[in-house]
Amino acid sequence: MLVLEDVHVRYGAIAALRGVSLHVEQGEIVGLIGVNGAGKSTTLMTIAGVLQPSKGRILFGGQSILGRPPEDILRKGIALVPEGRRIFPGLTVAENLRLGASIRSDRSEIQRDLEEMCERFPVLADRLGQAAGTLSGGEQQQLAIARGLMSRPALLMLDEPSLGLAPQLVEEIFELVAQLHEAGVTVLLVEQNVDRTLEIADRAYLLNTGEVEFEGAARELRERVDFVSAYLGGPG
Amino acid sequence: MEAWIQFLQFLVNALSLGGLYALMALGLALVYSILRLVNFAYGELVMVGGYTLLVVGQAANIPWLIVAALAIFVAVVTSLLLERVAFRPVRHASPNTMLITSFAVSTLLQNAALLFVSPRTRAVRIPSFFIENIRVGGLLISKSNIVTLVVSLAMLGLLTVFLRRTILGSALRAAADDFVMTRLLGIRANVVIATAFAISGCLAGVVSLFWIGRSGSVIPQIGLTPVLIAFVASVIGGMGSLAGAVVGGYMLGFVTIALNTLLPQDLLEFRQAFVFALVILVLLFRPQGLISGAYSAERI
Repeated sequence: MLVLEDVHVRYGAIAALRGVSLHVEQGEIVGLIGVNGAGKSTTLMTIAGVLQPSKGRILFGGQSILGRPPEDILRKGIALVPEGRRIFPGLTVAENLRLGASIRSDRSEIQRDLEEMCERFPVLADRLGQAAGTLSGGEQQQLAIARGLMSRPALLMLDEPSLGLAPQLVEEIFELVAQLHEAGVTVLLVEQNVDRTLEIADRAYLLNTGEVEFEGAARELRERVDFVSAYLGGPG
Repeated sequence: MEAWIQFLQFLVNALSLGGLYALMALGLALVYSILRLVNFAYGELVMVGGYTLLVVGQAANIPWLIVAALAIFVAVVTSLLLERVAFRPVRHASPNTMLITSFAVSTLLQNAALLFVSPRTRAVRIPSFFIENIRVGGLLISKSNIVTLVVSLAMLGLLTVFLRRTILGSALRAAADDFVMTRLLGIRANVVIATAFAISGCLAGVVSLFWIGRSGSVIPQIGLTPVLIAFVASVIGGMGSLAGAVVGGYMLGFVTIALNTLLPQDLLEFRQAFVFALVILVLLFRPQGLISGAYSAERI
């Protein structure tokens, strides 16, 4: 479904990604783990079209999406829920959700999806008319995910959805990802919560200083002895 | 009784001038909120509207409303053209580059007017309501003040409805919060920016009608004062906040009219100095402006 081949990304003189290759198949949850600065967020931002690679290929559904702007990539069916949630604080919850569906024109279907989001995220249902900036961190994260789902993406990319949340909320977010997976959504998940990620993921990639250090089934990755040392000992 | 009438007179004048200033400020603030560009060529959009009034107005027998509509239309088209030709190529450059570009465009348009029209003041045909007054009881109110007051309130109302009730309007507000995120939701950057420039041009066009209506003439430098007022009003209000621009515009209008009324005759010519002294005072106590873009600081 999604294929990255030898993708290089630079921030000026700094090489953020140094030949990353990975793939995500239909219906999978794929985890992307690694220390801060390993290039996880850069990878997602590059797939989403915010950053342009200096070298490499990115294919989605067999077609190259390299060099396309973010607007086009979303229309191809890839939605990114970026790090830090980035909801629109001055807009109401309902406006945030409706903007998520701005590429669609099927009004009644959008309304139905909006109601479905309210069922799935009851905290949002009570606050539809409220400014999104007044929500708590956990509520904002749910809004960000719901907004990402409003475009009905084929592939949902989540960047650190559990960051900064209380433990029981972290659990809720992981359960939600598992539920979405059961509902048929393909997920590419960047997380610092490695244990929980490897529990729900089918496969995972370990990034280290802009390179894929290890890839394989999540179970396998968990059992690897040197994994812990690579994860903890790698340079930031 | 006398004081009551004076107060009402003051209120109409202040709301009229304030409304005009608010429209000026809004046109500048809208583009700034999205592109972080202070478009100094905004004044030249007012100028372009003014010269349309001059040129089309000279042709006999065209009703003024049609001339006015044309002036607004030409300002909108010019604004869109500037976005496409001048600002889009430097959109990803530094904010300084965009700022310098806007100065260049401003100078270019002014010089074009000098060269192709005339460096001199030209009288513009204006409708009679700009000169007539109406008397209500003891109250003497100029019709143009009432029209300005009503039109500016109507424009603010329309714009609010657009920004609050339509998807494109929410997209504009969202883009002011976090432009990259709106693109990640599939909202086209070009559409959002072009819409902002179109509305900015429309506001400049409406401003040109009343600004030129006040003096009855047009010169190439006619846009200088409007862009300065717009800039000052949006700085007072809080750069990047649309509500702030409106508040700043009305405040500037009220202060100007208040000084007009209160200052003794021999100090009246220093009115602007008093206005700017007040602006400095406001900024000393609230450097972020009256209404700061509350959330812009949180951006990553």
